[in-house]
Amino acid sequence: MMQPFPDEVLEHVFSFIESDKDRNAVSLVCKSWYEIERMCRRRAFIGNCYAVSPEILIRRFPELRSLEIKGKPHFADFNLVPEGWGGYVYPWIEAMALAYPCLEELRLKRMVVTDETLELIAKSFKNFKVLVLNSCEGFSTDGLAAIAASCRNLRELDLRESEVEDLSGHWLSHFPENCTSLVSLNIACLGSEVSFSALERLVSRCPNLQSLHLNHAVPLDELPNLLRRAPQLVELGTGAYSADLRSDVFSNLAGAFSKCKKLKSLSGFWDVVSAYLTALYPVCSGLTSLNLSYAAVQSPDLIKLINHCPNLQRLWVLDYIEDSGLEALATSCKDLEELRVFPSDPFGAEPNVTLTERGLVFVSGGCPKLNSVLYFCRQMTNAALVAIAKNCPHMIRFRLCIIEPHTPDYLTFQPLDTGFGAIVEHCKELRRLSLSGLLTDRVFEYIGTHAKKLEMLSVAFAGDSDLGLHHLLSGCESLRKLEIRDSPFGDKALLANSGKLETMRSLWISSCSVSYGACKLLSQKMPRLNVEVIDERESSDSRSEGTFVEKLYIYRTVAGPRLDMPGYIWTKDRDSAIRFS
Amino acid sequence: MVAKPREQNLEFEAAERNLSPGMANQAWGLEDSATDFKETELTLGPPGESRDAGGKSGTKRGFCETLDLNLTGSNAKRNDPGAQSQQEACPTAKHPAAKAKLVGWPPVRALRKNAMRSDGCNYVKVAVDGAPYLRKVDLEMYSSYKHLSEALEDMFSCFTIRNYFNAGKLMDPVDGSEYVLAYEDRDGDWMMVGDIPWQIFARSCKRIRLMKSSETVDIEPITPPK
Repeated sequence: MMQPFPDEVLEHVFSFIESDKDRNAVSLVCKSWYEIERMCRRRAFIGNCYAVSPEILIRRFPELRSLEIKGKPHFADFNLVPEGWGGYVYPWIEAMALAYPCLEELRLKRMVVTDETLELIAKSFKNFKVLVLNSCEGFSTDGLAAIAASCRNLRELDLRESEVEDLSGHWLSHFPENCTSLVSLNIACLGSEVSFSALERLVSRCPNLQSLHLNHAVPLDELPNLLRRAPQLVELGTGAYSADLRSDVFSNLAGAFSKCKKLKSLSGFWDVVSAYLTALYPVCSGLTSLNLSYAAVQSPDLIKLINHCPNLQRLWVLDYIEDSGLEALATSCKDLEELRVFPSDPFGAEPNVTLTERGLVFVSGGCPKLNSVLYFCRQMTNAALVAIAKNCPHMIRFRLCIIEPHTPDYLTFQPLDTGFGAIVEHCKELRRLSLSGLLTDRVFEYIGTHAKKLEMLSVAFAGDSDLGLHHLLSGCESLRKLEIRDSPFGDKALLANSGKLETMRSLWISSCSVSYGACKLLSQKMPRLNVEVIDERESSDSRSEGTFVEKLYIYRTVAGPRLDMPGYIWTKDRDSAIRFS
Repeated sequence: MVAKPREQNLEFEAAERNLSPGMANQAWGLEDSATDFKETELTLGPPGESRDAGGKSGTKRGFCETLDLNLTGSNAKRNDPGAQSQQEACPTAKHPAAKAKLVGWPPVRALRKNAMRSDGCNYVKVAVDGAPYLRKVDLEMYSSYKHLSEALEDMFSCFTIRNYFNAGKLMDPVDGSEYVLAYEDRDGDWMMVGDIPWQIFARSCKRIRLMKSSETVDIEPITPPK
């Protein structure tokens, strides 16, 4: 086929195409486009680190500059994935150290990162710019010191929600004096104190610093010193937000905030002393994002603060806000797009605050742009859910957690099938949904029928039978990630829909009714799935066919069987290995 | 290359009959009406609960089945599909005072829980010298050293930890090496477990380690053991 343009021209055209989906489409046009595209792809996203191997990635895309990889399944956030399961990033770094010397960006989520890994990164990539470790673990501040010391052009170091072995705060002083490139620094997850003078000097010499998230150990009276050195900040995470009530501390703080004309996002606020919240007033009108989810502030003080923030698009808050606070939010913040309400006392038997379904209904009614919700509460009604669905037809993410499992509609005592059914029926763009409360197979019928754009679904303590799971797997065309716990789903639906599993990223099922025999059958039938039976209770040799497995994690892969599994995971390849040894 | 659902149904029907002798052998007819299907489905509520009751408990496992680290000790019995008896041991949601804690529910991340310092969770890592994997325990679940030692024994069943607080040492029966239980406190110092009142220990313990006796030279007991 005659090529109308030289390769360089095509490559230049392709350089304007950024999304993976579009690039994948381009590479399917013809062989030569495939070849040109793969040589100039600079960024890759790997949603499951075991779906593909470093070798396959490197072979196809030899010139990557930026990589994002995700490891453990989502339920690992709630301690459902045992220690030692996997998600090690070292093999990736080892391979890329040779293949991608020009690697600039690495974004990892739920992966195990060791100090050895960080040292290898620091040593191997001369132009390394961005390191984001989201919910990672396995490394210490020693590893961070290596990154700080060696990465001369570091722009972003973001450790959000990672578990770091905090040996000392001294690592921060390893940033050389000639490091001026930082744009984003997030150390909120670290426990120990860093040297304030080192931090101040670092902040002073980085004129492009836009995002700074401090840790709890940075006291409130230190904050103005940092703010005065970085008035250009767009995002700030405070440290501890408490101090003795002193007017000089207050005026210093308010004065420093008033110099921050570009501040759009605030978070942190551990140990809040409410009186100091008014020091934020100078920046409130510019705020689009406010994260008070660690702040134990009562509703009246929250309302006062929110009334000063008319341009808020995102609010994360504890349930201390109560229905009254959410009513005020609905009145003041007409641009609100995302609301997350976290529980202040998730394990208490009785409610400690008046936060009910009414709060969420208020916000849905008052905020026409609301499209993303995470809401922990203790009671719900079908009528409320129907109202929310009708108020917010553009909902994209809806995650409701009614704290007590199997809680019905508290007025009618009916299951909440109708309510969630209304959500999926009216919200045609819904991409993510988390269910809770008393639910029968009916809700899954609604979801399978209506939720055609749904990509991720979380199910817990719901349903009656395999029919529920069958509705999901046969109906939800866009489903990529499904996670289920403590629900009566078993072999039939899984085996009858085994083909569907190859169209999804992954399926997690735990504490359900899937038998060991069915897992073995599924493994045999579907060679391009890894079927991991995760069971710490006993060895697979003594397990009978009818035994229900504790946890099951199924994902599609072109990389074949994992070689790094701990002893408590059974896969079909383990069996074969034993038989032939 | 996606298998057609119909063919799969027939294939797996045959397999299913051999698979689960305890279940009624009903055809997996997807066109069956909901009521027909209901006849054959397993009742998964606790014994004595009517199928049509509004508050239907849909889970096979009672709450205590999913307790942290399966400490109930009756795990061997829970896999019999027909057995309902293990449910009787479970406290129900009707008695909040006796409510057992579910693993990972409500779905609040550990970082958030520990930050709130509510009566929630206090996860610490437990390592055993020589064992390949760490475990996590929630110290809020225990009320005494004895309680904790029983849990640790279940977890690392090769050691007889139970005798720890009498003899002060554990012996690995395989290689004869001795182990002691130590913890790291909030200041980063390693101390012997058992020296301070339980409540104070629970607040100040960051992680636990079963160390070989030979490596304990740096550990200071606060007071001589009683």
